[in-house]
Amino acid sequence: MSAILKVDNLEASYGAINVLRGISFEVEHGGVTTLLGANGAGKTTTLRAICGMVKRSGSILLDGDDITRRATEDIVRTGVAHIPEGRGTFTTLTTEENLHLGAMARPNNKGEIEEDIQKSFEFFPRLKERRNQQAGTLSGGEQQMLAIARALMLRPKLMLLDEPSFGLAPLIVRQIFDILANLNRDTGTSMLLVEQNASLALELADNAYLIETGSIVMSGEADTIAADESVRAAYLGY
Amino acid sequence: MSELFMQQVVAGFATGAIYACMALSVVMIYQAIHHLNFAQGEMAMFSTYIAWQCMAWGLHWVLAFPLAIALSFVGGFLTERIIFKPIQRAPVLSHIVVFIALFAIFNSLAGFIWDFTIKNVASPFGDGSFMGSTLIGKHQAGMICATILMLIGLWAFFSFTRVGLAMRAAAANPESARLVGVRVATMTALGWGMAAGIGAVAGILIAPVVFLEPNMMLSILLYGFAGAVLGGLTNPLGAVIGGFLVGVIENLAGTYLDWVIESAFAGIGLVVHLHGMFAEIKLTIALLVIIVVLVIKPEGLLGRKIVQRV
Amino acid sequence: MSDTTFSTQHPSATSRAARAYDPVPAPRPNVLSVGNVISLIVLGGLIVIPFFAKAYYLYPFTMIVVYSIAVLGLNLLTGINGQFSLGHSAFLAIGAFACAILIRDVGIHYMLTLPIVAIIAFIAGFLFGLPALRLEGLYLALATFALAVATPQILKIGLLEGWTGGVQGRFLFPDTLDPVVPFGLNIDPAIFRYFFTLAVFVVIYILSMLLIRSRTGRAFMAIRDNPIAARAMGINLPRYKATAFGISAMVTGVAGALYAILVTSVHPDSFIFTIAILILVGMVIGGVGWLPGCLIGGISMVYLPSMAEYVDDLVLAIAEPLGIADLFPSGSEMQSEFNRLSYFIYGVILILIIYLAPSGAGGLLRAVVTRAKRLFS
Repeated sequence: MSAILKVDNLEASYGAINVLRGISFEVEHGGVTTLLGANGAGKTTTLRAICGMVKRSGSILLDGDDITRRATEDIVRTGVAHIPEGRGTFTTLTTEENLHLGAMARPNNKGEIEEDIQKSFEFFPRLKERRNQQAGTLSGGEQQMLAIARALMLRPKLMLLDEPSFGLAPLIVRQIFDILANLNRDTGTSMLLVEQNASLALELADNAYLIETGSIVMSGEADTIAADESVRAAYLGY
Repeated sequence: MSELFMQQVVAGFATGAIYACMALSVVMIYQAIHHLNFAQGEMAMFSTYIAWQCMAWGLHWVLAFPLAIALSFVGGFLTERIIFKPIQRAPVLSHIVVFIALFAIFNSLAGFIWDFTIKNVASPFGDGSFMGSTLIGKHQAGMICATILMLIGLWAFFSFTRVGLAMRAAAANPESARLVGVRVATMTALGWGMAAGIGAVAGILIAPVVFLEPNMMLSILLYGFAGAVLGGLTNPLGAVIGGFLVGVIENLAGTYLDWVIESAFAGIGLVVHLHGMFAEIKLTIALLVIIVVLVIKPEGLLGRKIVQRV
Repeated sequence: MSDTTFSTQHPSATSRAARAYDPVPAPRPNVLSVGNVISLIVLGGLIVIPFFAKAYYLYPFTMIVVYSIAVLGLNLLTGINGQFSLGHSAFLAIGAFACAILIRDVGIHYMLTLPIVAIIAFIAGFLFGLPALRLEGLYLALATFALAVATPQILKIGLLEGWTGGVQGRFLFPDTLDPVVPFGLNIDPAIFRYFFTLAVFVVIYILSMLLIRSRTGRAFMAIRDNPIAARAMGINLPRYKATAFGISAMVTGVAGALYAILVTSVHPDSFIFTIAILILVGMVIGGVGWLPGCLIGGISMVYLPSMAEYVDDLVLAIAEPLGIADLFPSGSEMQSEFNRLSYFIYGVILILIIYLAPSGAGGLLRAVVTRAKRLFS
């Protein structure tokens, strides 16, 4: 299967601090790849580098298209939806306005966008209930659903998710991951998932990479890694 | 006495409309860059001169005003792109100095081109009272109506258009806005352009009242700041309400404050003659409003409390 | 599979909250530091200047020293303690008028007014600093700006006319017109005044340097860099912040008194908010948080607004060898044209300074020294 995202020798830095030291990985078309690792390993930086938000070098190919030198806004337009750490909700705007913003990078076809918003509400009835509420008043789980729905409004080729489990109760996290699994299965949206909750991530993902202080120390199929007890004990803490 | 009171309230509303415009300009830029543009008034003054010059060259005001406003929009947009973009990550004090520099540049340039003598500007709405009323004049009615129309237009723009939503998003959360494809840099420049345009409207409306000269806008800008602070720097609607309130308060204070204070002292048996002392310090009152609000409730009447995270 | 290295956590990559300015780092306890050596040379220069320059220059030079003290005062507040002020013209005014009242109404000798003015100005600053505690950054800038704009008007109100002289102001030395040289010394009053001002400046400067090296100074800087952490370390924020305001007002107030003595009169309209802006700009040009820069700030306050005069000299100097001098209107005509653009030129120069030397003279010096060190290491 060809790769929707192919990253080669990616280096990234914040000022003088080198965070990524030349990592390479792939996300398959319609697949879910997860990046695991401890705090500060460079997982978030990887996602930000793909979106052009940090100084980077190397090669990033999206569906064969070289996006290494592009600005964030343009990368988004090529179909990359990034749900950042903390969800990045527009807290002062309404739920529905947040969804409209998700479609900002698409051509302004009002009919299609309205259709997609209705579909989001069908998929996430809780959001429909709160469509005119300020997004900041939504609960953590609802904001996560909103973030996913907003990302979907782009009709993205690739979704980047940064720690979707962060700050959520275990039950809600379970729900979110079920939603993600269904999404991947029904729509074939490719996903690159950064997570600290390794067990859930490995359940959802097809492939996994382990990052440690800016380098990839292990890679393989998610099932294999999940089954390997020594790897789990050494790297994943369970 | 009550007719005088009503007249002062109406007059306060009329000048308040102008302060509301300036306050709105100030808040729009504040939302984009979290700084106060001290040169906003001078830019508005410059726009007003452009309008005046067009009319002096024979253009009817129906053409001159929109032209001046459009030019101001472009000017504001370009100012942001050319002068502020290179220093957008610079420390706050650098920005303050650049604002000061812009103030000096616009003020001096206007004086150089059109010199410092006062020019009379005829009101496009005509002189005299409005429909025979003793409460309100034609120009005052014009000021209030024009301002309200503009505010409604802006509200519609921000609520119902795509660009308006994008601008609001860029102001609320620039990083998230980038992640949905909004060109934040362009939105910021647009915000500046709109603020400059609104300032132009304010200047054009107030010129017949305070007469056109290069130093006309400083006190109006200060009243605008007072209105913005009173309403809340994070809330455009608050800025507008604050502007109107400041206008009314300032007018009433100028007329009645001496009387109020003298009466208060008389009530406790002290005879005090203020000789119109407090009428002279209308501006000081506006500034006291700023200070009092900032100390008691910095986020203003409608603003949001800004929590500092460590 | 690559070697696994369990290295220590690298520093968090989240961005720091944007600083209001980039202050020059705290002084190292090195007596022979570049800053100190330059200061001594400059001091030497300041002492000998009156003997070499024309007498006509004595007045502006004295004014430069006076303004340098004012800039120093602001720098202690903003550069060292991180609190903004766009209103220091108010403290200048308080110092000037207190001095005038002490001389005229209380009969104190002008030289002795300084310590009293210092105390009065400190109290004023401290009292203003207390409610200002709740204000940060922009809001504090606005409040101080409001204070600056209001000051001339307040000084003119009828109630205070007896002391302030109202709209017309007051003379300090109605009998002698100039401050009298004490002890009957046979010195030109202008020269004496210059050295008196210079002496006060040196004393204040040394005290300021001692202050920033003291515990109090370190507390001020801690509050500037991270107020929440400072409070967590046990620093009493209200007390220190109000004290910083007091000290800053005190220094600027003394400058105000010296200003009054130099000009020999006080007038409410001499202290409009434009002066506060000039002080702020002077601080930025000298280098925020870099005390030696105050002299450069003082020079900028005296000479920058009237750069226009020099611009036309410059234009003529370039035009003459090119043979196109005739194209320009002659001397004074052109000068009056350029004068009308004075503040335009001032604004352009300011923007250039912010683009090219955003940390002011202090930053430039630091960059030069760093580069020199690299060359020689």
